[in-house]
Amino acid sequence: MTPELGQLALILALILSALQCVLPIVGAWRGSRPLMATGRSLAIGQFVFVALAFGILTWAFWINDFSVAYVAQNSNLTLPWYYRLAAVWGAHEGSLLLWMLILNLWTVALVALGGKLPQEFFSRVIGVLGFVAFGFLLYMVATSNPFVRILPAPPNGADLNPVLQDPGLTFHPPLLYMGYVGFSVAFAFAIASLLGGELKATWVRWARPWTNVAWGFLTIGIVAGSAWAYYELGWGGWWFWDPVENASFMPWLIGAALIHAQAITDKRGGLRAWTLLLSIFGFAFSLLGTFLVRSGLLTSVHAFAFAPTRGLFILVYLGVVIGGSLLLYALRAPRVTGGQSFALASRETMMVIGNLMLTVACAMVMLGTLYPLVGEALGIGRISVGPPYFGPLFLLLMTPLVLALPFGPLSRWGKADLKVWGRALVKIVVLAVAAGCIGFIAGARSFYQLLGITAAVWVMAGVALFAIKRWREAPAGKRYPFEMVGMMLAHFGIGVFIAGAILTRSMSVEQDVSMRPGSSVEVGAYDFQFHGVTETQGPNYRAQQGTVSITRNGKPVVALHPQKRTYAGGQVQTEAAIQAGIFRDLYVSLGDRIGDGAWSLRVYDKPFVRWIWGGGILMMLGSFAVVLDRRFRLKHAVEPETAHAEPEPVPPAKLADEHA
Amino acid sequence: MKRFAAIALLAFALTFASHAFAIDPLPFQSNAERLRFQHLTSELRCMVCQDESLLASNADFAKQLRRQIFDQMQQGKSDKEIKDWLVARYSTFILYDPPLATSTIALWFGTPAIFLIGAGVVIVLLRRRARPAATITEESGEDW
Amino acid sequence: MNEVARKSIGRFVPLLVFAVLVAFFVVGLIWNQSHDARFVPSPLINKPAPAFNLPRLKQPATSISKASMLGKPYLLNVFASWCFACGDEHPVLMAYRDKFGIPLIGYDYKDKPADARAWLERHGDPYHEVITDESGVTALDFGVYGAPETYLIDAQGIIRYKHIGPLTPEVIAKDLQPKIDALQRGGT
Repeated sequence: MTPELGQLALILALILSALQCVLPIVGAWRGSRPLMATGRSLAIGQFVFVALAFGILTWAFWINDFSVAYVAQNSNLTLPWYYRLAAVWGAHEGSLLLWMLILNLWTVALVALGGKLPQEFFSRVIGVLGFVAFGFLLYMVATSNPFVRILPAPPNGADLNPVLQDPGLTFHPPLLYMGYVGFSVAFAFAIASLLGGELKATWVRWARPWTNVAWGFLTIGIVAGSAWAYYELGWGGWWFWDPVENASFMPWLIGAALIHAQAITDKRGGLRAWTLLLSIFGFAFSLLGTFLVRSGLLTSVHAFAFAPTRGLFILVYLGVVIGGSLLLYALRAPRVTGGQSFALASRETMMVIGNLMLTVACAMVMLGTLYPLVGEALGIGRISVGPPYFGPLFLLLMTPLVLALPFGPLSRWGKADLKVWGRALVKIVVLAVAAGCIGFIAGARSFYQLLGITAAVWVMAGVALFAIKRWREAPAGKRYPFEMVGMMLAHFGIGVFIAGAILTRSMSVEQDVSMRPGSSVEVGAYDFQFHGVTETQGPNYRAQQGTVSITRNGKPVVALHPQKRTYAGGQVQTEAAIQAGIFRDLYVSLGDRIGDGAWSLRVYDKPFVRWIWGGGILMMLGSFAVVLDRRFRLKHAVEPETAHAEPEPVPPAKLADEHA
Repeated sequence: MKRFAAIALLAFALTFASHAFAIDPLPFQSNAERLRFQHLTSELRCMVCQDESLLASNADFAKQLRRQIFDQMQQGKSDKEIKDWLVARYSTFILYDPPLATSTIALWFGTPAIFLIGAGVVIVLLRRRARPAATITEESGEDW
Repeated sequence: MNEVARKSIGRFVPLLVFAVLVAFFVVGLIWNQSHDARFVPSPLINKPAPAFNLPRLKQPATSISKASMLGKPYLLNVFASWCFACGDEHPVLMAYRDKFGIPLIGYDYKDKPADARAWLERHGDPYHEVITDESGVTALDFGVYGAPETYLIDAQGIIRYKHIGPLTPEVIAKDLQPKIDALQRGGT
């Protein structure tokens, strides 16, 4: 009985979302307060029903209700309870329901926290979110109902894919979706502004905290996925430029650009049209990602099983939502160039360069990811595009950005003090080169190792110099506003990430060895000794477990136990054993028995690999720190035309078109 | 019919697919040789599990091809010769690095083109915004 | 006025680019309906088949070579006892073995001959001849990457067609048989 209630809840949510997308917008258009006020209640109502549906599906997993087809396909009597719950979003239908739930969480948060925004604007935002919800709910109800029943119910279900039976599965999709879906808020703000024809750009300040939080979640979601792939897939890689990974990376790049464009528009009034466009693009790429993964158009281990109707539906949805937005943009985007002017050497220019490189990088990733598809469509054959394309191009494109990175903060708005830049440049160059030399002396010889060290220090020194300058020049108590702290954390995180990514790549040692019990192998400064294999048992698997003890200069470091698991359903899964360290990971995987009691093993020494994710975590913390800034607190209800909270942005010097 | 194809496809793939990975001790004679092998095979696609590289895939096909590549390396073949050998049999799809050909012109030149267009727009924007120092306000304090 | 007009057109660029992208996707989705993305076209079409010399399954002392097969076209069907999809394809081969009009040679790929014999005993033998490639080395030259795969080789030893995946009546009717007929008529 209850699964049918879930289905009913989704239908009710669908109806509410339809109302939510119509009534508040009509209300804003007509100036009708009662109509506008409905937005809030409709959003809450929709949330209640979607949460109910999600709860019912979760309950079905909890009690192992195999009469629900989705449960039978993704869960099993021997599956531990924590994976049963995570299996709720392990496949297509459930992941869509999670998407919907998260969309509703963001909307309800907006209802709760956005009460002081002008009602007209706020109603439009809620209306746009209602439209987004409507499309997705329609999609679910029409093609991807998670509550479809199988009768008679099978006695047991299929197992959850062992690759997904992992703590990473619990965190990666929800975090990622928080990011993906969170961009819908910036999107809704932008569309609301276009609908209302707001001349001023004050909506951007309201949008900034929401965008930062979304981007922060997307960052940590991608980090979680990368870390998960690293220890789960077992060959030490952390990023493969896989199409579905790219699908999450594109909105991330746009989001990073958007955060900075919003800052310029908020504080200086300029780049309004660009900020609008980026807000639309950010969400567009989120939707594109959702589409690609389910369309069957891409070959990827990540891709959900596809059905043609599902792919087509999302494509139509994508077309309507984004096409409609871009049409609205074309018709309504501000024609006047507003905002303060700025010199060639200025903070704005540095940020514009950053925006340019991030956007071009996103276009490059999109080009490479979609090119095979285009090749088919145009009949020019099967083109294969992989890491050798993406890697070097990305590195090239990020070089100007990395070079410019220290100089944005070190500059003033409007016009940089070239002397300050000059002095900073000298210090940064000296520090970076010195670090490179130290690295060289310490043994770094390859181009990539030296590149990694100098680039990382370039960025980190830039942040440090700014922090020191700020300490000296700003009055006590006003030195480091949260917004600035966020910027410093995130930029420093970039440096940490660069070090991790490049050094891991150039310094990793990996060896496949065949070992008898008692034998050992040297990897770098470490000695790996193999002690044979025993049998163990897990909740839903049997495993062969190896023991490898690692010593360094004779002193024991750790004993690792890599496993080869055979699950209830027959699948074999290799669980690597990793000794995680701040400066290096030691990693062992068990291979096959090779006769004579010998086994094949893979052993790794992976220096600095945790810095990759450490950098990501710093970026996330930075983006979260930004929203704590006083600037974003609306102390009193904001009137539409005098929308200034505090401190006021300096009014634009000119509003009219500028001619040379 | 479609479903049949899908099932057949799945069966075809499952014949090889597994989620372990490819531990394959090979008798390399030096670190440099091993690194070369790892680099080379990481840039080649496993034709069976098409989203894994030859280095990473545990498919039997990948194992065999790795052996073949190892043997050819021992025979002194260069990376290019090995790749050519593979492409002659499996088409350029086996390479993760798209070759520069008429079919990939847009792929390789697309990014520089987009960059140039973007840079052009930025330059126009910056020229339009640039103003003599006089109109830039030197406000105190709130430089952030 | 001109300035504003120029700006307006620029505003439509993102929409246009997006429309082009969607068009590509639609074409891609349609293409996907009728093609299987995993099956990569072979570079050996219209090129000479690799030289091979492989033992017969049933009389391992004797072998069949490419040279011995010259003079008439034939089908080479790559299969194995461990291959699920070959089981799916098997009834089709049994039904069509005499309808093709040319010999159907089985190519037992990376299989133990004993297993292959047992499999053919159990399911039936659609092949006129079966050769074995236990190591799979020759198959590399053919560009085989999985089973089943089927090659149409003409009288001069040139590969004229390759199908990856199980043969179905539709594929035979639409693609394979017409090519066979053309070869029989003396064309290509």
